[in-house]
Amino acid sequence: MVRIGITVFPGSNCDRDIHHILNNILHVDARYIWYKSSFDYFDCIIIPGGFTYGDRLRAGAIAAHSTIMNKIMELADDNVPILGICNGFQILVESGILPGALIVNESLNFICKWMNVIVTNTDTPFTNLYDKNQRISLPIAHGEGRFVVDDKSYNKIKKKNQVTLEYWKHNPNGSLNSIAAICNEKGNVMGMMPHPERGGDKDLIPAGYDQSSILIFKSMINYLK
Amino acid sequence: MNILNTEEYNYLKKKLHRKPNELEQYIISAEWSEHCSYKSSKNHLKLLPMNGDYVLVGPGYDAGVIDVGNGYVVTIHIESHNHPSAVEPYGGAATGVGGVLRDILSMGSRPIALFNALRFGQVDKDSKFESKNRWLIKNVVKGIADYGNCIGVPTVGGEVEFDQSFDNYCLVDVASIGYTKLGNLVANKARKGDSLILGGNATGVDGIHGASFASKNLDEDNRSAVQIPDPFLEKVLMEATLEAIENDCIKTMKDLGGGGLACCLSETADNLKKGFLVDLSTIPLKQKDMTDAQILISESQERMLYIVNSKKKNKFFKIFDKHNVNYAEIGHVTDDLNLSVIREGDELACMPAQIIAHAPLLNRKSKEPAYLESIQKSFREPKPQINIKKMIFKMLSNPSICSRKWIYEQYDHEVGVRTVSKPGASDSSVIKLDDNKFLSFKLDGNSKHCYLDPYRGIIGCLSESLRNITCVGASPIGIVDHLQFGNPENEEIFWTFLQTIRGIRDYCKFMNIPVVGGKVSLYNETNSGPIKPSPVIGMLGLIDAKNKIKYPMYLSNQSIFIVGTTKDEMGGSEYFEYCLDIVGGDVPSVDLEEQRNIIETIKKLIDRDLIYGVHDCSKGGIIVSMLEMAIHSNIGFKISVDEIPNKCSRLEYLLFSESHNRFIFSTDHDSMIITYLKKMKIPYARIGNSSDDRTCIIKNKDKTIFKSSLKTISQAYHSSFPNLFEKHI
Repeated sequence: MVRIGITVFPGSNCDRDIHHILNNILHVDARYIWYKSSFDYFDCIIIPGGFTYGDRLRAGAIAAHSTIMNKIMELADDNVPILGICNGFQILVESGILPGALIVNESLNFICKWMNVIVTNTDTPFTNLYDKNQRISLPIAHGEGRFVVDDKSYNKIKKKNQVTLEYWKHNPNGSLNSIAAICNEKGNVMGMMPHPERGGDKDLIPAGYDQSSILIFKSMINYLK
Repeated sequence: MNILNTEEYNYLKKKLHRKPNELEQYIISAEWSEHCSYKSSKNHLKLLPMNGDYVLVGPGYDAGVIDVGNGYVVTIHIESHNHPSAVEPYGGAATGVGGVLRDILSMGSRPIALFNALRFGQVDKDSKFESKNRWLIKNVVKGIADYGNCIGVPTVGGEVEFDQSFDNYCLVDVASIGYTKLGNLVANKARKGDSLILGGNATGVDGIHGASFASKNLDEDNRSAVQIPDPFLEKVLMEATLEAIENDCIKTMKDLGGGGLACCLSETADNLKKGFLVDLSTIPLKQKDMTDAQILISESQERMLYIVNSKKKNKFFKIFDKHNVNYAEIGHVTDDLNLSVIREGDELACMPAQIIAHAPLLNRKSKEPAYLESIQKSFREPKPQINIKKMIFKMLSNPSICSRKWIYEQYDHEVGVRTVSKPGASDSSVIKLDDNKFLSFKLDGNSKHCYLDPYRGIIGCLSESLRNITCVGASPIGIVDHLQFGNPENEEIFWTFLQTIRGIRDYCKFMNIPVVGGKVSLYNETNSGPIKPSPVIGMLGLIDAKNKIKYPMYLSNQSIFIVGTTKDEMGGSEYFEYCLDIVGGDVPSVDLEEQRNIIETIKKLIDRDLIYGVHDCSKGGIIVSMLEMAIHSNIGFKISVDEIPNKCSRLEYLLFSESHNRFIFSTDHDSMIITYLKKMKIPYARIGNSSDDRTCIIKNKDKTIFKSSLKTISQAYHSSFPNLFEKHI
């Protein structure tokens, strides 16, 4: 059976949500990894959202320098799928595993709302069950989610097809070219600002949206089978 | 220097049979402040019905506890941080959230939702305090958002009201709900020799005299009485505490709030019928040079007191070390019933906890306020309005009515994966407890009604919250009340307080809904005078099936019905006060017998799945309810208002009256609905239908009195709040 690890840093706050969706709705074996503990074997790692270390310095900056990230970098090199969601994305960017930076939203306010995004790359462990350009619904909730990167790196990202999700119609935070998620060159590490776990329970989907975001996790399980 | 007033000093001296020393007087002054002791209100709060079949713990504890079946309980508490928020809105509001979360945690439960009820002064351009009021709103919202978002508890609902009486001031009420296994509730027991452990933040000079600051009229320069928020620290404190509970390490715990250690220690010792011996030299401090009194009354945030027995101590320490949370053993439990404070062996204070925790209660005088008569005497009916359309658009952009999206989009309302109904989407919040078990909660207040008639006003608030939770298919299981008034030493203000208590008692007894918790906040005054009486009610309800949760929506071409009678009850309405600037007139009254009948009927129609969408009629009247339904559905309608059951003398009263006991709903089952409503003898009418385009048309006796596209309507409703802030950066 597939075994998924969910990292828990001081201030992580979506760890229990992902644990619930994976164990109780998708019935896979998902376990917490306390940031100070050593671990050996997981098929996949999820770095959940939250406010690790209270977002002090910059969102994700302190967690990115904890020792567990060395292990996660090794796993990334070994082609283990690693998914960072929201603060998890910020940590991946701060640790240099993913390019670019996530800065304060253009509105200067925290924004929480349901959105639509488009899947622009279906060739990753996290998007393989989607059709190209499929529209999926899920909420965002962040204060520092505006993805920026220098021109040279952007051209590289674009060329290597590393943009995986783009906001549809409405760019909520001023991200460069509406980027909502990117992956590394190999495609096994993805960071996304929206929260797929929050679209995982059908009872919680508001009118006009659907449960399509759960395919992020299903894609992952599918890839690992 | 007089720490206590003469009467309280003499009372204390008599009780102790000796003169209290200075430190003892500081302890007493914190605990006997109005904020901590409820000395003005306690005798009267006893009148409220507090027992119910599912109530496990009622008012008087950190949070109320209600059994929701299958071995699980819900905990609920409401708090305010009015004085601090008025001088330092960001820190004041944020620490209010932190405080209410610790109350929920104190019972042994994990907080799963946050709510807020906010009251501000006027923000219209001609208001004298327009810019200050906007500054308050912006920072209060940011304070609530930053704390709740960081700690990871969703803010899922709330309400906002604007009134001149809150100019240069604000009311910030925050409520939280917790959820846990019955077995995880903290037992509240202790034995001699058990350790007293203080966990979390170090104690500093922030928030000195916070409780007495809140027990006087506002002193704007006293910013040092406002505490400093640290949501990250509270998050790790919460996780450590919950892990210690799972491991059965904690016998008793209590959060440190108003009055600091002095209140926390004396109240806990008194509750347990035990004594505590505390050594001040063991308390971790932020500053070295704090006096003993400062240490005892500091209201530094993010601190909890735990009682742990010697067998579990090491496990407890291990868990707190794992989470990197500071703690210190500050003393132990004794059998002598005294709160003894020592420093390295020297006794500094020693008084029976029972005496500290029970301030002499006051029987304040009351008399009917003179303003009630003078307002009604000088009241004149306004001139009939010709331009109805203009009034309707004015109402839609009224800050007390318009969309709150600008606020709730700043709150993470999704974390925790329980939020079924998103903010603004339904009449009452809905969170998921388990498969086919949902909890609804709604906060309601109406200071304009309560000012003109405190008794009818509070009954109206209760009635409105019951209607709101009924719309989402919930049955009530309890209420919390938050009673906010001016200076209780003013007999007229105290009269409005007593009328409010009487109203809650009468309503809750009649409807058989227990009061499971509450809070009293007095001395809400500025230099310009007292606030209007501003009680806020929070009602909790349970829903047993997902399909019973209804939204204020319709599909194309459905019939639209209204139940209940609309009357010339315009006193305190948004139409009189906001649109016409008139104070006075009859405040809506509630026929309780009729309300019970109408509520039962709506529930029955929902149970039988005959209603598609339903919406309560309240602030702003029928017109606001109808237009909100149109905005939510993104479909227009065509209705005839002359069909509405009414006793109204003019058209605009019919449109804008805030009479209670009314619902608007949409359906495809006209004949079955009509048969049932007739059988139940409920006033009703089929007033029209939803259309298949996006135009809203209102007719009166075949004459079109309003016609507008949804785009224009939606623009007025949604742009009002963002315009207030985004145009003035």
